[in-house]
Amino acid sequence: MPRGSDVFLQNISKIVVFIILAFALYLFFTGHGSPGGGFIAGLMSAGALLLLALAYDIETVRKVVPIDFKIVTAVGLLIALCGGTGSLLFGEPFLKHAFGYFQLPLLGETELHTALIFDLGVYLAVVGVTMTILLTIGEDN
Amino acid sequence: MSLLHLLTLSPFLLAVLLPFLGKAVPRLHKGWFAAALSAFVFAMLLGYLADVGDGSPIVESFDWIPSLGISFTVYLDGLSLLFALMITGMGVLVALYSIAYMSAAKESLTRFYVFLLVFMGAMLGLVLSDNLLTLYGFWELTSITSFLLIGYKNEKHRSRYGALKSLLITMAGGLGLLSGFILLYVMSGTYRIRELFEVGAPLMSHPLFLPAMILILLGAFTKSAQYPFHIWLPDAMEAPTPVSAYLHSATMVKAGLYLVARMSPIFAGTAEWFWIVSLGGLITLLYGSVASLKQTDLKGILAYSTISQLGLIMSLLGLSSLSGIFDGEERLLYAAAGTAAMFHLLNHAVFKGALFMAAGIIDHETGTRDIRKLGGLAQVMPITFTISLFGTFSMAGIPPFGGFISKEMFLDSVIEPLHAGVFGLSTWAALFPVVAWIASVFTFVYSVLFVFRTFLGPRKKPLINKKIHEAPLLMVLPPALLAALALMLGLFPGTVAYSLIRPAAEAMMPIVTASGDRLPMDIKLWHGFTPALWMTIAVVAVGILLALTVRRWMKLYAFIPRRVSINRFYDISLRFFEHITVRVTSLYMNGSSRSYVKYILGFMMLVLGFILYISTDISYRVGAYAQIAPYEWIILLGLAAAALAVPFAKSRPVAIILTGSVGYLMTLMFVFLRAPDLALTQMVVESISVTLYLLCFYHLPKLRTERRAVRFRLPNFLVAIAVGVLMTLVALAVLGTNPFEPVSDYYVRESYESAGGKNIVNVILVDFRGFDTMLEIMVLGVGAIGIYNMIKLRRKATDVGSRHVSHEDDESDDVADRFRKNQYGHDGPIEVSRKKEPWINCVSDLNDKAPEQEKNSDSDFETEPDSDSESATDESRKKGGDLDA
Repeated sequence: MPRGSDVFLQNISKIVVFIILAFALYLFFTGHGSPGGGFIAGLMSAGALLLLALAYDIETVRKVVPIDFKIVTAVGLLIALCGGTGSLLFGEPFLKHAFGYFQLPLLGETELHTALIFDLGVYLAVVGVTMTILLTIGEDN
Repeated sequence: MSLLHLLTLSPFLLAVLLPFLGKAVPRLHKGWFAAALSAFVFAMLLGYLADVGDGSPIVESFDWIPSLGISFTVYLDGLSLLFALMITGMGVLVALYSIAYMSAAKESLTRFYVFLLVFMGAMLGLVLSDNLLTLYGFWELTSITSFLLIGYKNEKHRSRYGALKSLLITMAGGLGLLSGFILLYVMSGTYRIRELFEVGAPLMSHPLFLPAMILILLGAFTKSAQYPFHIWLPDAMEAPTPVSAYLHSATMVKAGLYLVARMSPIFAGTAEWFWIVSLGGLITLLYGSVASLKQTDLKGILAYSTISQLGLIMSLLGLSSLSGIFDGEERLLYAAAGTAAMFHLLNHAVFKGALFMAAGIIDHETGTRDIRKLGGLAQVMPITFTISLFGTFSMAGIPPFGGFISKEMFLDSVIEPLHAGVFGLSTWAALFPVVAWIASVFTFVYSVLFVFRTFLGPRKKPLINKKIHEAPLLMVLPPALLAALALMLGLFPGTVAYSLIRPAAEAMMPIVTASGDRLPMDIKLWHGFTPALWMTIAVVAVGILLALTVRRWMKLYAFIPRRVSINRFYDISLRFFEHITVRVTSLYMNGSSRSYVKYILGFMMLVLGFILYISTDISYRVGAYAQIAPYEWIILLGLAAAALAVPFAKSRPVAIILTGSVGYLMTLMFVFLRAPDLALTQMVVESISVTLYLLCFYHLPKLRTERRAVRFRLPNFLVAIAVGVLMTLVALAVLGTNPFEPVSDYYVRESYESAGGKNIVNVILVDFRGFDTMLEIMVLGVGAIGIYNMIKLRRKATDVGSRHVSHEDDESDDVADRFRKNQYGHDGPIEVSRKKEPWINCVSDLNDKAPEQEKNSDSDFETEPDSDSESATDESRKKGGDLDA
């Protein structure tokens, strides 16, 4: 299959990528209450970018998402670590989480959870790791 | 979290923020941040001086991992405070000095200051920890940062060599330390140092007491560069000079002394402790001072002198342990050794810091540190001359500097054991004053030569036409302050004696103050005509004589055997181990992933089978399964068919699609079995891995088909069968055996109540077992970076290697070659000896080199097998020139 020449795939993926990304975002936020979470959401986001890479090529992905995914990984790890150390400031052990229910405009009563910060770290780390591996293997000649 | 905790951790915090601060204020040299922070912490710590000085330590505890009994307890007593003040105080000066020394115009110094700050934090944590495990953690962190700082100029081979050497030696000692700590825990059941003090006699009679002591001393001796582990310190001089001044003279190498002092209350009073510590220190003292005289590099002289001075303090610590077995007046006499140790610790940090910085200034301004090329600098660098003069006189023990007082106290302390009459001292006690006196003479000689050869006499040829001037103010100020301090400590020792030295000595020897009395302080400049003073006078007289006739007797050094040195032992054993490792690794790392799968599965099955075999309470549930619906049958049959078809697939895409379909069918099963999280994860993972394969196939030129007939291979067959059978058995056993209450009940109960989540899987991942998850993503990250390195940096490494590898290499193992090339680049140690038996050849290599080394007879004593002082000076001259421009 010649690279990046399938018009159908290209046109469809243009739309589908965003649907997948939106779904990944949904999975990320809903993780604590129903199936989902940072890990799955991260994999799914990476999957969306991978679809882009398949439909076009890796150069396009690089152009569309001009991010160094190694740094994304590092930032994710850092966020996870900071999410864990935050509890130390309140005299609680490392990685102790807290949550509460708040009335927010538009959203109504919402549960806010410090685990979400940790999960964000997981999400970024998974996206970063997956994309780093994919891009390096994919670009290797 | 208390203020003390925050102070301890603040350097780490700044290290994290430094890159961003650097971006925010790009014109400000990053050293200012480090200087400001250490000044702040120093000032805050001064605030504790009054309380701690009264003998009331400050304890702040904080549970870190309560489930393992690990707490981060900050304990600030006199000993910790002395060290903490030294660390932060020297930190300020070194940071200021480095602002002038390290040019921000040429390179971004973020890396440098991040390492420096992390080191400072680790050192603070080390001296303030009350928990053995946190102490160990910080201990290793100082080793790692020291490694990174020595190897800061990582393009230079000698930097990398020195960095690796220090890491290997201090880490080996660190492992000993950890084992010793664990033994202490086994004996006493606590990791808290304070509680260990209270255990007392039962600990001493425990059979593990001696092993624990030796292991802990191993850690202390490697860190404090005691003979025979000193060999890393001279090579560590490859670090930038501010680093040498800070880590390798004033602070990090003192961590071992700190540990010995800290552990004294536990171990002191036994003969083994006394002899190992005091004799180890004494040998190091003598060796260092003798070897120092042979050095030609200014930093080399200072490195060996540091070794020697560390030995001096170590032997004082050993002598002070005698205070534990005597009473009354005699106890106080031996306790004076502890006071002397603490005072000399401070003095040494002050004068050695000044001298290192002065050496840095000389290097910076003249472009060389070779004492043979220097001379007559006093006219052009009067301030640096004064600084060096103060520093060396303090080091040599000449009044009226601080070093004189502590040297006097040291000589007093070594005479004392003559009257002890325990531990076999009635026979051997004469050893102490004799060795101490000889070492003092050598110390005097190298100190005097250090300053006079560099600053007096005529200018030497290479520098005669060079315009040399005094260094910028910022560079001169920190050592000048230290030199002034060296003078002040001599003239007004009372300023620190009661506030700083006494609490430190008391914390080290709690037994002395057990009755409520304070330790008497006898630190003053004039003691009268004591035996120690006569010894000093003799040292000066003989020292001057020897210094004047140095050229006549220097030849005696040629008699010291070169070939049997500890350095050579280190080099040879390192190459030997590298060779063995390569051999062993290449035995099984044959590059075929099929074998790896075989090893992994085979090992797993062995362990699993063994456990199933020895476990008696496992029952297998056969029969009475749930009903399998017809659609489930269909899926399962499809699954089995797809799995069976994989080995028979003719081409790779087919195989991949078949593997993928196994995964997707499994996903479907998860859906039917109501495991949405698993199904989601499985599906996404499957999609990504299939796509990944497809991406890879863009680049494969042609699909390869295996044409050879597949031979029957018994091991593969056995592993395959074992995996199938054992996994089935495990599944049946899981159904049939319920020895514990399932954890799932706990999670179902608690996940909403205490963690506020309805999705148990996610709650477990991020909350209940969050620590696991964090380490897992860390592993993922490491894996990703590993893959990136292997693929992106592979070609570069091979290129570098191929230029230098000769073809006569008869070791046919490509994998091993690649392994080596990746490890060492072009000039790693193993490249020298890539012949059939590397470790034998490298012996002959070294022997070949020996005569060549003999030729420039003034070269180093025994530091470097490949002495490249010429090229090093060229390099530094270039550097100096650049800095001038």
